[in-house]
Amino acid sequence: MQELIIRAKELLECGEVARVLGWRKGEHVYDPEPAFFQSADALENFVYNGFCGANLSKYMIEASKLEGKTLVFLKPCDTYSFNQLLAEHRIDREKAYIIGVGCKGKLKIENIGADGILDIEGADYPDCGEELNVKTLYGDVKVAYKDAMLERCHVCKGKEHRIFDEKIGESVDTLDAERFAEVERIEKMSPEEKFAYFQAELSKCIRCNACRNVCPACSCRKCVFDSTKFDSAQKANATTFEEKMFHIIRAFHVAGRCTDCGECSRVCPQGIPLHLFNRKFIKDMNELYGDYQAGVDVDAKAPLVCFSQEDAEPGALTERG
Amino acid sequence: MHRIKKSELPRLYEAIAKTQTLYLPVKSAGKTNFAVWTETAQPDIDTLKTVKSPKDAFFPQCENLYTVKREEGKLKLTAEELESESFVVFGIRACDVRALSVLDKVFLSNPVDTYYAARREHGILVSLACSRPETSCFCGTFGIDCAQPEGDVATWLCGEYLYWQPQTEKGESLTNALSDLLEEAEEAPVEKAKEEIRAICERLPLKDLSLEKWGAHAAHDNFDSPLWEELYKGCLACGTCTFVCPTCQCYDIKDYDTGNGIQRYRCWDSCMYSDFTMMAHGNNRTSQMQRFRQRFMHKLAYFPANNDGMFSCVGCGRCVDKCPSHLNIVKVIKTFGKEEA
Amino acid sequence: MHECTCNPGFMRDTLIPMVGIITDIRTETPDVKTFRVNAPGGGKLFEHLPGQCAMVCVPGVGEAMFSITSSPTNKEYQEFSIKRCGVLTEHLHSLQVGDEIMVRGPYGNNFPVETELKGKNLLFIAGGIALAPLRSVINYVLDNRENYGDIDILYGSRSMDDLVQRREIEEVWSKVPGVNVHLTIDREQEDWDGHVGFVPSYLKELAFDTNRTALLCGPPIMIKFCLQGLKEMGFRSEQVYTTLELRMKCGVGKCGRCNIGTKYVCKDGPVFRFDEIDELPNEY
Repeated sequence: MQELIIRAKELLECGEVARVLGWRKGEHVYDPEPAFFQSADALENFVYNGFCGANLSKYMIEASKLEGKTLVFLKPCDTYSFNQLLAEHRIDREKAYIIGVGCKGKLKIENIGADGILDIEGADYPDCGEELNVKTLYGDVKVAYKDAMLERCHVCKGKEHRIFDEKIGESVDTLDAERFAEVERIEKMSPEEKFAYFQAELSKCIRCNACRNVCPACSCRKCVFDSTKFDSAQKANATTFEEKMFHIIRAFHVAGRCTDCGECSRVCPQGIPLHLFNRKFIKDMNELYGDYQAGVDVDAKAPLVCFSQEDAEPGALTERG
Repeated sequence: MHRIKKSELPRLYEAIAKTQTLYLPVKSAGKTNFAVWTETAQPDIDTLKTVKSPKDAFFPQCENLYTVKREEGKLKLTAEELESESFVVFGIRACDVRALSVLDKVFLSNPVDTYYAARREHGILVSLACSRPETSCFCGTFGIDCAQPEGDVATWLCGEYLYWQPQTEKGESLTNALSDLLEEAEEAPVEKAKEEIRAICERLPLKDLSLEKWGAHAAHDNFDSPLWEELYKGCLACGTCTFVCPTCQCYDIKDYDTGNGIQRYRCWDSCMYSDFTMMAHGNNRTSQMQRFRQRFMHKLAYFPANNDGMFSCVGCGRCVDKCPSHLNIVKVIKTFGKEEA
Repeated sequence: MHECTCNPGFMRDTLIPMVGIITDIRTETPDVKTFRVNAPGGGKLFEHLPGQCAMVCVPGVGEAMFSITSSPTNKEYQEFSIKRCGVLTEHLHSLQVGDEIMVRGPYGNNFPVETELKGKNLLFIAGGIALAPLRSVINYVLDNRENYGDIDILYGSRSMDDLVQRREIEEVWSKVPGVNVHLTIDREQEDWDGHVGFVPSYLKELAFDTNRTALLCGPPIMIKFCLQGLKEMGFRSEQVYTTLELRMKCGVGKCGRCNIGTKYVCKDGPVFRFDEIDELPNEY
């Protein structure tokens, strides 16, 4: 972490960048917040640890409008989002100085499964270990680092930064699960089971829009759900709209562009596994058009926006059922 | 003082639900929220904080106000019936009980919101003391004692028993109605439980949160502070903090075309949303900094200025737990607190 | 208050409106119409005070706050002058005489015509559609002429065609003794032999003495420069009133959006004296 601060200070002081986009220390080890740092002094509060899950790519949309370059710290998976935003011309490469930071898997406080957490040892970078020592009001507990990781880290796309100006820090391979296993499990359900599953999950939705607002693929200047002319605007309606429409529409809107960064599921206050919708689309597209990962290559043609003679006929879906 | 075995609680729920609607914390798809008791529901009174607060029972996220139909060319308006039957909210925590007093200031002040008032009149609160306060809790800052919750009945979980103490007339009559299930009990275990809870509260990391820089005077003092510019930057402009908050009261009124008339409904709104103050000819809060500032100034300065010093925050800590960017009212209070006057 | 037979609910909760019938529509300018509204059985929907507002609602389209432009001294009906600028106003402009709308109110405070303004010389300053709220006061004052001193009305608009209530201004207001009307338009125009220029600059030219109370309403930029002009002439904040407009949903200080600091425009306003506004944070 000190290495990152030192390098950020250098870049600020030599005038290469006008500001730093990173994470700021919170009250506890587990609540760092995305923040802009304007000065070397402010960087005293910079932090990079296991709880810095927030993907900073989307903040670069705003930062691209500012004078001068912004130094942004991106984890390997964040670089996919950055590339996708570049491909969509939503951010300006010239306005970013990217330091690719190492990642040893990011943690979710709820996964620690303990009450009254006062402090956590073992989540600091670069020294994080295999085990977290959790001090709580109700006694100390030890939790395996892996067990507290975000779902997305178990199906990690790899620790290779897809875009960067320089790299700092080591990564640890965290892949230990099959990315599409959960999608396959649901695919095997009967229609009734599927409906019951999604109804139980989606009926928890409070329409806070956190999933939409955090999503790097949701970068429209004006969201369709914010239109005054659209009856089911951004708030809860008198119907069960949330269950039936909102998340499905959103999944369709980001299909082919979603990098599977998992931010939607990370931020959902009700713990709805929203990433499953997106992952289902990714799986389908891979099967129908060949493997494709959004955000790997800015110049790659996405399957939904290009046509080739080998493309699956629409009938393929009907046949599949 | 009365008590009932924890293992007997399903019978208690059933008995209450026989005569009236019972809201209680229910676990569904891994999360606990207040919901109506049914035979298949999984009550969960061990989880300290429901994701959403129980304010839904009195101020639902979405409710119809009236329906308008066109009959023979004339507009015919039918107002939604008001709540007319009693219902019980079981397992409501001390902070959430106090939050209703905050909402009362808004909805019961003249002109009274009759939809809310009818629910308050018919709602019976069975509160539950917090055996295991969380590190995000700071209800003590607002003078709330989570060991001795307000409410029509207060309850405590001690060992194998739930202790039950009626505190109002409403509470007495509910207790009488359930007398078959409740047995007389000593007060001592409850006193011991209270002591234990208060001892934990002494160790809470946010217990010394100072509100010195806040209150009515802050309406002037803090508005133009440069600190807002620092504080808001990570805000995603989502509504999580406002929707999990037990005291947030802002609402929108919208129309829904059912195809057979127009339902005019009210739903929670969020001051964090970009269209919150947008009119056809302009918007007086165009930046997220302004919207972020509005939320905290409202809770910590404007509300106390208009309500005899009462803050519109009860320290439940839900926003602390749930903000996707880890911004929250505690950070705001502390950041201003650090500034030299 | 009018007994609404078609909707017994409205007396119960202020959020429930009553049905009103449009009994007259006057086209004032290319984008402003004045709607006359009566109760279905005839007569007024409710009594109001000058400066108060009401929520006008078209089911399925929307609801918004408008100032009541008719004076309370008018015993027969209420009027709303409405500029076409959004979804709801667009719809309102498509309505015909005989159509039904819904109205609830009145909301907010009023200009203190019976207290602080009584016996005073009055200076009304308005721009464009903002004459609507002041018209209620002007007609109230003219109907109780003996209670007030000299009256000056300074009113300006983009063009001749954008002057609202022009007929009333010329045929009624101008002819009342002790009333001076000063009209201005932003740019030269054929057939216009009156003053040309923005309201704030005309205000400076007219150089009023400070022995009067000013009632100011217009777009924010006009308010800003007029207030500056008045201050230069020696007016104190306590001598100037205005009426504000922000987005509202409930009209009674509960929905949480029209506040400026501790004040809700719907409930504590819309009428404010400038010394009160000086106390508020700069967010309007």
